[in-house]
Amino acid sequence: MFSGQPRSLRRSLAIQLVVLAAVLAIGLYLAVLYSAQRASQATMDAILGAATLSMASNLRATDQGVRIDLSPSTLSMLSATGQERLFYRFAIDGQVLSGYQDLPVLALPSPAVTPVFYDGSYRGAELRLATVSRALMLDGTLTPVQVIVGHTRDGQRRIAAQLAQNAAIFGLLLFLLSIPLSLVSAGNLLRPIRTIAQAVGRRGAHDLRPVRQPAPTELLPLVGALNAFIARLKAAFHHTETFLAEAAHHIRTPLATLRSEGELLLRTTEDDSQRQHIRRMIRSADECARSAGQLLEHATILYRAEQLEQTEIDLRTLTARMVERFRTIAEMREMSFTLSLPDTACPIQADQVLLEAALRNLLDNAIKYAPSETDIHVTLTQPGTGYRLCVRDHGPGIGGVPTAQLVRRFQRGLAAEHIVGAGLGLTIVQEVAETLGGSFSITDATGGGACATLELPQG
Amino acid sequence: MRFLLIEDNPNLAQTVLSQLSAEGHGVDHAFNLAEAEACLAAARYDLILLDITLPDGDGRGFLKRRRAQIDTPIIVMTARSEVSDRVGTLDLGADDYITKPFDFEELKARCRAVLRRQGRSPSPVQQFADVSFNPLEATLTIAGDTRALRNRELRLLEVLLAAPGMIFSKDQLCDRLFSFDEAVSDNAIEVYVARLRRKLDGSRARIETVRGIGYKLVA
Repeated sequence: MFSGQPRSLRRSLAIQLVVLAAVLAIGLYLAVLYSAQRASQATMDAILGAATLSMASNLRATDQGVRIDLSPSTLSMLSATGQERLFYRFAIDGQVLSGYQDLPVLALPSPAVTPVFYDGSYRGAELRLATVSRALMLDGTLTPVQVIVGHTRDGQRRIAAQLAQNAAIFGLLLFLLSIPLSLVSAGNLLRPIRTIAQAVGRRGAHDLRPVRQPAPTELLPLVGALNAFIARLKAAFHHTETFLAEAAHHIRTPLATLRSEGELLLRTTEDDSQRQHIRRMIRSADECARSAGQLLEHATILYRAEQLEQTEIDLRTLTARMVERFRTIAEMREMSFTLSLPDTACPIQADQVLLEAALRNLLDNAIKYAPSETDIHVTLTQPGTGYRLCVRDHGPGIGGVPTAQLVRRFQRGLAAEHIVGAGLGLTIVQEVAETLGGSFSITDATGGGACATLELPQG
Repeated sequence: MRFLLIEDNPNLAQTVLSQLSAEGHGVDHAFNLAEAEACLAAARYDLILLDITLPDGDGRGFLKRRRAQIDTPIIVMTARSEVSDRVGTLDLGADDYITKPFDFEELKARCRAVLRRQGRSPSPVQQFADVSFNPLEATLTIAGDTRALRNRELRLLEVLLAAPGMIFSKDQLCDRLFSFDEAVSDNAIEVYVARLRRKLDGSRARIETVRGIGYKLVA
């Protein structure tokens, strides 16, 4: 479904906001540019129009013809346009009276009273021109005199360019500012998701309470689904725990009766062939109990491994106690334990049930596989920061079979033919080692026998 | 020795009862906690065998209560899962536990170990001819000379001593001395008989070989 990196909501939200900000900034730039041009044009046109009208009003009809007075006020008005070059032309019926003959003219006749503005080019320069006509009484006829005033637009362009530049800088700043703002706002918007995720992530593996963090409306269905899932998980865990204990009880109790009856029968039976049958029966009961025990223990290990329930345990005390538990069975086979422990406590963060299961299976294995009247050495050392627990027996050894093969489920070693069990003992030890972040290996010891080594970190 | 067996499964209780009686112990049986309380009110016991799952309550509650009142050793018999039940049982005050199904020899061995550790009552001593046998201490005393017995020598002597003069076949003795999953050679029992004979040196008690049949203890 997902290829490569998962999609980041925060990132895409931030990108969308930034893109939006960019569009707005460009829009702002264009709007400023347009209105600046419009505004400067309008201002310039007002001045040009006023100058044109002023020039037109300064025309006099005399006997010699038309007299043109360029009053200082008109010129000073035009000088307000700055560095522009000025051009003008007075004409009657296309007959130029004064000024630049070839200034661009409008196709239509120039209106009276209100000047008309237009653009044109003249001698390589873009001009803004205004024209108006004024009727003068010449030789007894009312003759319209056309007045054209034009100026270059360099200054206006400069102002517009300046305004546009300012607008661009402003837009760019706005855009740059929008990046961190977008990131912050995307982060803020997505904070509830993060809060819930952290709250769920922080809890211990066995914490199966529903999520109670406040969630925005949009997240409610997700939180609801999560809570429903947690509830189902809780029920399943509870069921597993009860089931394992119940299953063991229901299998073992009748087997206990079967075995005891068998033993009783064996004591009172003289006939050798019948005794043989009873012995097989007892052995089967043992085998069944042991296999069931290992299977249920295996299931318990897998279940507990999920729970990760950790407490501080003194591995030294635990080892001594477990060995003590096995002393009676070892003595019955005339085996003895030699126990070598560090002088000080060995604290470890682990699930006690898992540790006990590993130790029990190691000791159980050693007793089962070693011949009677031998010693089993249990050594706990502290190399570096972790612990190393060695159980060394004087049995037949493992014949060079690699650990990986011995710990495989239902795999039994070479020496196991007549020994009852499901072949899960070492698998359990291996699984516990893995769960606790350690390692397990079993090798042939120098001088015979097997050496099972469980390495565990302090946790 | 007087035992109190608290076990609700009648079949299992019956077989344990039979085996303990056969060993010469006095056993009272309680089906539930109420009966157990009644028994404890009426008599003193050397050892209590307690099942954990009982019809009128959890054996662990009983364990905790009784532990505060009496110092009679308690061995818990549990049928629960290997893992989840053992934890805490000892912390609650059980002296030992045994997982069902169990080898009766193991139960006996655990009883002996618990009683020896407790060392409260004077160890019962069995007398045969000029031999004093102390099963708890695992010793033989012959004319003032005390000899320590190893585990299988002790159990072998226990079997023979239960019926002096009776012939036990090698097979029968093997079944008592070895667990059913041990590889036992034909002459394995001879080794232990020979060892026990050496421990009995200098006494009138001796183990006789009945050729082709087995062994018997005679004086």
